[in-house]
Parts: sequence; C-alpha cells; structure tokens
Amino acid sequence: MSDALAKIPATIAPPRPAASDRLKFYGIWIGAALALLVLPKLFSSGGSLTTFSLIGISIIFSLSYNILLGQTGMLSFGHAVYYGLGGFLAIHAINIIARNKFAIPLPLVPLVGGAAGLVFAMLLGWVSTRRSGTAFAMISLGVAELVASSALILRTFFGGEAGVSANRTKVLRLFDWSFGPQIQIYYLVAAWTLIAVIAMYALTRTPLGRMCNAVRDNPERVQFVGYDPHIIRYIAFCFSGLFAGIAGALAAINFEIANSAYLGAVQSGTVLFATYIGGVGFFIGPIVGAIFVTLLSLGLSDLTQVWQLYFGLIFIAVVMFAPGGITGLLMMHRPLLKGGTLSRVLPSYLVAFVPTLAMITGLMLAIETTVHFTVNPGEDSHIKAFGIPFDAANPAIWAVAAVLLIGGFIIARKTWARVAGSWDDALTAAREKGVAA
Amino acid sequence: MLELIVISTLNGVLYGMLLFLMASGLTVIFSMLGVLNFAHASFYMLGAFFGFQISRWFGFWPALILAPLLAGALGAAVERYGLRHVHKNGHVAELLFTFGLAFAIEEIVQIIWGKSPVDFRVPPLLDFPAFTLFSTNYPAFKIFMLVVSIVIFIGLLVVLKRTRIGLIVQAALTHPHMVGHLGHNVGRIFMLVFGVGTALAAVAGVIAGPALVTQSNMAGLLGPILFVVVVVGGLGSLPGAFIASLLIGLVQTFAVSMNGSLAGAFGPLSPDYAATWLSDIWNVTVAQIAPIMPYLLLVLILIFRPMGLLGTRDT
Repeated sequence: MSDALAKIPATIAPPRPAASDRLKFYGIWIGAALALLVLPKLFSSGGSLTTFSLIGISIIFSLSYNILLGQTGMLSFGHAVYYGLGGFLAIHAINIIARNKFAIPLPLVPLVGGAAGLVFAMLLGWVSTRRSGTAFAMISLGVAELVASSALILRTFFGGEAGVSANRTKVLRLFDWSFGPQIQIYYLVAAWTLIAVIAMYALTRTPLGRMCNAVRDNPERVQFVGYDPHIIRYIAFCFSGLFAGIAGALAAINFEIANSAYLGAVQSGTVLFATYIGGVGFFIGPIVGAIFVTLLSLGLSDLTQVWQLYFGLIFIAVVMFAPGGITGLLMMHRPLLKGGTLSRVLPSYLVAFVPTLAMITGLMLAIETTVHFTVNPGEDSHIKAFGIPFDAANPAIWAVAAVLLIGGFIIARKTWARVAGSWDDALTAAREKGVAA
Repeated sequence: MLELIVISTLNGVLYGMLLFLMASGLTVIFSMLGVLNFAHASFYMLGAFFGFQISRWFGFWPALILAPLLAGALGAAVERYGLRHVHKNGHVAELLFTFGLAFAIEEIVQIIWGKSPVDFRVPPLLDFPAFTLFSTNYPAFKIFMLVVSIVIFIGLLVVLKRTRIGLIVQAALTHPHMVGHLGHNVGRIFMLVFGVGTALAAVAGVIAGPALVTQSNMAGLLGPILFVVVVVGGLGSLPGAFIASLLIGLVQTFAVSMNGSLAGAFGPLSPDYAATWLSDIWNVTVAQIAPIMPYLLLVLILIFRPMGLLGTRDT
C-alpha cells in the first residue's frame, strides 16, 4: 500500500525535459540577457537609451498587470496606484538615503518601491478582491480615484501638483557608477527588467500560478477543490502590486521625480492598453504590447496632433477584431505553419490588405482634415500629417477621403470574408495532416 | 444654519436626481446586457455638447428634445454595430470596448469643441431667481432641472411598472435568458434599452450643461462617481441606484458646504505630531475632502456590505 502511494508522484510528475529542451529554455533567457547587453552598443544615442529605459519599465508594469488580467482574470482600472506609490516611496527613499548617508546603493532602491507596492496592495487588495468580474473593475476604479484624489490633498507627502523630486547621484556609489548618465540607468533598468520578467515567468509555473488560471476560468470549481478564490485573487493581487511598485520605482529613478500623474487614470489606462493590445493570452503578450505602445506613443506624437485619438481607435479595433492582441494574431498561424498550409492564406491576405489600407488612409485623411478645420481653423490649409503634405481646403481631397473610406470599407468587408473562408480551408488541411490546432 | 441645511438639501437632491438619470440607464443596461457601459458618462457629455450646439442654432427647447434623440440614436448604433459584435468575446471585451469608446469620444469632443469650457447659457426664459430663501436667490433653472428629472423618474417608473415593454425589461433584469426563450426579439430590446439609457444620460447632460461646466473632461469627472453609485446601490438594482444617487448627492453637497477640520474640532489638544507630515490630515477641511467622499463611501460599503445596499447579484 505505502509502496503504491510512494510511486504515484513519480508517475504523475511530468518526465524531466530532455537536454535539448532545457537548452532551448535557458537559451531564450541567456539570449535575452545578451541582447539587453548589446542593445546600447547598436543604438547609442541618448534618445534611444531613454526609449529603451521607458520600454523596460513599461514591460515590468504591463507584465505585472497581466498577472491580474491575463492570469487571474481580474480587469483592473486602477493598477497605476501601486506603480505610483512605488514611485513616491522610491523618491522619498532616495532623499532619505542621501540625507542620512545610509550605505544603500541605488540599484537596491526599486526594492523599496516593490515593498511599497506590496504593502499597499495588501492593504487595499483585501477589500477589492472580494468581488470578481465587473464589480472588481468598478471597485478598482473607485479605489484608484480615492488614492489619486488623496494624493492631491496630502501635499506634504505627495508634493501637490508639482510632485517630489530627488537627485539619484547623491546616494552611495558602487564601482564608481554615479547613475548620472542615461547609459547607466539603462543597464539598471535592463537588469531589473530581466530579474522581474524571470520572476514573473517563474510565478506562472508555480502551483499558485496554475490556481490563478483556474480561478480565472472557473471559480466555482476552484471552491469545490477546496481553495478560496478570494484568497487566490488576493495573493495574485499582492504579487501584481509588488512588481508594479518595482516598475514605478524605476520610473521615478529614471525621471528623478514622482508626481500625481503616476497614480492617475491615464497611467492605469495606458497599462491596460499596452497589455491588451499585446495580448493577454500569452506570457510574451504584454512584452510585445509594452514595446509597441511605448514606441507608438513616442512616434505618433511627432507625426500628428491627435495621436491619442488614433491610440483609442487602435485599441477599439483590437478589442473588436483581434481579442487575442498582437501575439494572439501571430499565434493563430502556428498550426498553419506547422501543417505547411500557411501559403494558402497569404494570397487572400494580400487581396484584403489593399482595400483595408485604402479604408484606413481615407479615415486618417478625414480625421486630419477635420482636425485642421476645428482645432486650427485660422492657419494655412496646406497641412502635413504623417510626413505627407496635402491641402485640407481642397474639395478633391475630401472626395478622395470619402471614396477611400466608403469604397475601402465595402470592398474590405468582402475580402475579409474571403480571408475567413481560405483560413478555414487551410486550418482543415493542416488538421488533416495531423497538426493539433 | 437652517439656510445652509435647506439650500444644501435642495442642491443635494437635485444632484442626486441628475445622478439617478444616468445611473438608471446604466443599471438597466447592465442588468440586461451584463455589461457595465464605461462610456455612459461620455453620452452625458455628448448630450451636453449636442445641446450646446443645437441651442446655438435653434434655441434651448429644440435642443432639449433633439440632443437626447441624437445621442440615443448614437447609443443604439454603438450597441448594434459595436457591442453586439464584441459580445461573443465575453464581458471583459465588452467592458474594454466601452472603455476604448469613452477614450475616443473624449478625444473627438476635444477635437471638435476644444479643451476649454464652452459658453452654454441658461435659456433667458428661465434666467431669473425662482424664490428667495433666507436672502439666497434660488435660480429658476435649478427648479426646472429638478422638475425635469422628477418627471422623467416618474415616467420611467410608470413605463417599467405599467406597460408591456416595462414588463419585458423587468423580466430581463432577473431572467434575461428566459425572456429570449419566450420569443422576444432580445437583440432589438437590447438596442432599444441601450438607446433609451444613453438618451436619458444625454437629457441629464443637456439640463446639467448650462448649470455646471460643459467641458471635455466632464465625462472623466463624473464617470467614476456614477460607477460608485451603481456599486454602492448594488449592481443591477434600480431602487438601490436611486437610494445611492440621493445619498451621494446629499453627502457631497453637504460636505462642500462644511468647513470643519480635525484641527478646528480638537484645536486646543493639538498633538505634537500634528505638525509633521500628518499636518495635512490634521488641517484638511471637510469641504476639501468632498470630492473623495463617494469613494470613501464605496470602500466602507465594500467592507460592511459587499453586495451593495440593495444588491443581490454577484457579478
């Protein structure tokens, strides 16, 4: 009897992965670390280093958000609270360390931010995670508003509208790194990003991570198994707050300031956009989303005045047509690629691409023309949007916009129906070849 | 003191009724479609801006009718061509769709009408003091707002309790699937309810526009409070939404008119630590924390009554 019991774990436990699989697994992480090391050598300008730092911070923040949305199924509208509090505590920590000359180097300061995020998530999370679904979303919004408004009232700690600033070079130096130049901040952010990403990936592989998925998919079943979904949601929420706090502290170190915008609704919305556009279904999704959204917000704001509108439209389009996000779209093609039938879909993609592009161009033309007449009506009508100059007052342009928009829409609808058809055919063919979808 | 109480009660009830105009639509939409419309406050804002634009062209009275109709038609279109499409992806996708919509509507309003407040005036017909109470002139327009919201409230009550369509809506509040099984065109009812709900929000926008500030951030300011109302009242409960609306309206109005602080109440005690970073808490007045009152109420309700005041449903 006892022998039989002792044997069970050995049979239930998955076999140890083969050496080649393990090499592949660790190779990805080592490759990522090497890429982070080499990146500043390839793009060494100050602007790109700042961009990389922002992307790194955004990756940690988005992944921490995905612990809630993707792993545990909790839609939060107030995740920036823990990011912001982490940032404020980190700034205060830098000031206190510098004033008292404590022997704590700057690379350890994000731990303070993480601890702050964790503590506040523990405090506020207990109440918020009692409910799930829509109620949780509304509660997170209410708590976020509470904290953001309180930040403006408690002026001594949060510094009012101006915020609190610090000098990151005044803390203890290790190996003569002052953390003044952006390249050193880049390496600090890169190291923390790698640590946080590995930690969060490891979290998804623990029993807790699996229980989080179970709570997301079927909380009632989880109760039958003997777990309390509230407790699991709460623990996931605390971990999420911890990593959000680390991201906030890194942002505070990067900008050397923390202000009430860190806690605000815009920050919460941005992380939601990044995570969802990237795709919540896969671990790598928020990473892709963070890179995409950071680059987009930096790039679009140079190209057009109303970049936030485009941002919102992209988000709506993703929610409507690609609920799996960018990674979801890409991963859809994996069975086709394995089955070797991808080539059957590509021609219909090309056919659908042309009218869709025409429709988008028409929409952009219409938006930019409208913006010209409503936002700056007095200025010269020869405007330049997305680097292309055109005359907004020219009726021919309006006609072109209308034709592209309406014609593109009608044709695009037909072509996308064809894409769906050929997609089904390709998938069926791939299945016949024995590839699991 | 009596003056303060009477005027604050009037204003509080007025604000509460305005909140209920919006919260009622939100609650009915939530109960039937299962989606909390994040863009509901955006339709309130659209109502105010449409009202402003139409009252410039044709006057205030046509605006009071046309703006809600226009916003309601937009709402119905959003349900028909947006939400229904997203529905198959689940409630999170629906909520996110309305979230993106709220974001986009705010941007569009900023593009068309700009970021600064527009000059939406009280119609001259109602621009006089209705009565004078303890030396305070109470504007006639506010009485008009109160009358409109009460009339709509009673109308809503009659429609819900006394008509066939109200019967179907009521049935759909608790048993949405059964209503579908009974052969009603659930899709059309959903579209209708969404349109009417957003139109009600737009009515609130038109009548609140001249009295409050008509600005592109008005949806962002009011939206969270609206959700507090719905959660505090209990998700999906109309009577709960009514009580919560009045409660929050009164609490916020009374808080604004009060000047007390901890330092004022316990001034002579003044502990030493009150001079440190705690001084903010020590010296802040009730009026200053009025904006966070609804959220404090939300947290308290969640601790002591997680379902909300009259709520029965969990999600």
